[in-house]
Amino acid sequence: MKTDDLVRLLATGEGSVQRHAAARRYAIAIAVGVVAAGVLMLGVLGVRHDLAEAVRLPMFWAKIGYVASLGVASLLAVLRLSRPGARLDRVLPALAVPVVAMWTLAAFVLAGAEPGQRMGLLLGATWTECPFLIAMLSAPMFAATLWAMRGLAPTRLPLAGTAAGLLSGTVGGLVYCLHCPEMEAPFIGIWYLLGMLIPAATGALLGRRVLRW
Amino acid sequence: MTDKGRTNASEARLKGLLSRGLDGEAPAYQAFLMEMSAHLRAYFRKRLARLPDDVEDLVQEALLAIHNKRHTYDAGQPLTAWAYAIAKYKLVDLLRRRASHEALTDPMDDETDFFSAADSEAAEARRDLGKLLDQLPDRQRLPIVHTKLEGLSVTEAAQRTGMSESAIKVGVHRGMKALATLIRGAS
Repeated sequence: MKTDDLVRLLATGEGSVQRHAAARRYAIAIAVGVVAAGVLMLGVLGVRHDLAEAVRLPMFWAKIGYVASLGVASLLAVLRLSRPGARLDRVLPALAVPVVAMWTLAAFVLAGAEPGQRMGLLLGATWTECPFLIAMLSAPMFAATLWAMRGLAPTRLPLAGTAAGLLSGTVGGLVYCLHCPEMEAPFIGIWYLLGMLIPAATGALLGRRVLRW
Repeated sequence: MTDKGRTNASEARLKGLLSRGLDGEAPAYQAFLMEMSAHLRAYFRKRLARLPDDVEDLVQEALLAIHNKRHTYDAGQPLTAWAYAIAKYKLVDLLRRRASHEALTDPMDDETDFFSAADSEAAEARRDLGKLLDQLPDRQRLPIVHTKLEGLSVTEAAQRTGMSESAIKVGVHRGMKALATLIRGAS
């Protein structure tokens, strides 16, 4: 087939194209990912028994804010990376801000603590399971995000996969906040971040294979 | 006119054509794709000096990609950047498939001069898209043949095939995506 014939074929018989395809696909993905993570958390882990008291503590909301702001920044990255030629611009600094803020808080907490207590602040009671449970809760969102992205046009595949993984990690982390009893900044700064980075690293590795078009 | 002025004029004209095309104006969309194919050809011909026989195939593959991904274009974004990113993605993808060591080096250029070069002298494509089209299942092939090659309306194509109108639309859409997948498998 000659190229001119292909052009004619492509242009013939097409209706108008729906706008806002990316917003629609990610809205679906987030709805599916959040609901599925919630169901998983309720079914496998359960809500923390003192949730009613915990919501009155500032640290509970600091934890939510930390994960949620990472979520918003990674959603921006995902949207940009789904579109050919879109620049990341200020998205990378936006990703760093919540991490730096939580680490700063953690440094103050550690500096003010007795030397003997520092290990306990870093490891909490659940450091061995926290990252893996966050990764588990992020799995449905991970699949949904890759589905959404495949319908768009990422051109930097490992980076797009990383952003998709990080977004799903934040959804897993956010839902995990309702179960997790840990309230100390050093713990949250390390183990939550690690939990969210597991799907991000998976996305980096799978990106080229899964997102190719 | 300076090079930059010419590029800006291309950007504005192509953006207008694409935007009307996305609203369903076939002639504008065809003009957009035709002009785009010349820019793609110039870009690929310059970068595939060692694989000249691949140029026209890659032009066709990139055109199909632009068509299948046209819903990702955001009117607030420079069209040059969007089109260039797709062209470069398809170029690097081809080099990767060819397992050429050139694939390891990023093409050393950027989007600024993408619309300043055009080449309308098409070579013969080696891969026959018509043959790949024949490989599609009937539920995709027939809607494409009737609405795109024979120029029937969706309603007429539905009557001709006994399929529903939405099945015709879905068939065309999925068929064009399947064609892109077949292209990658065939080269």
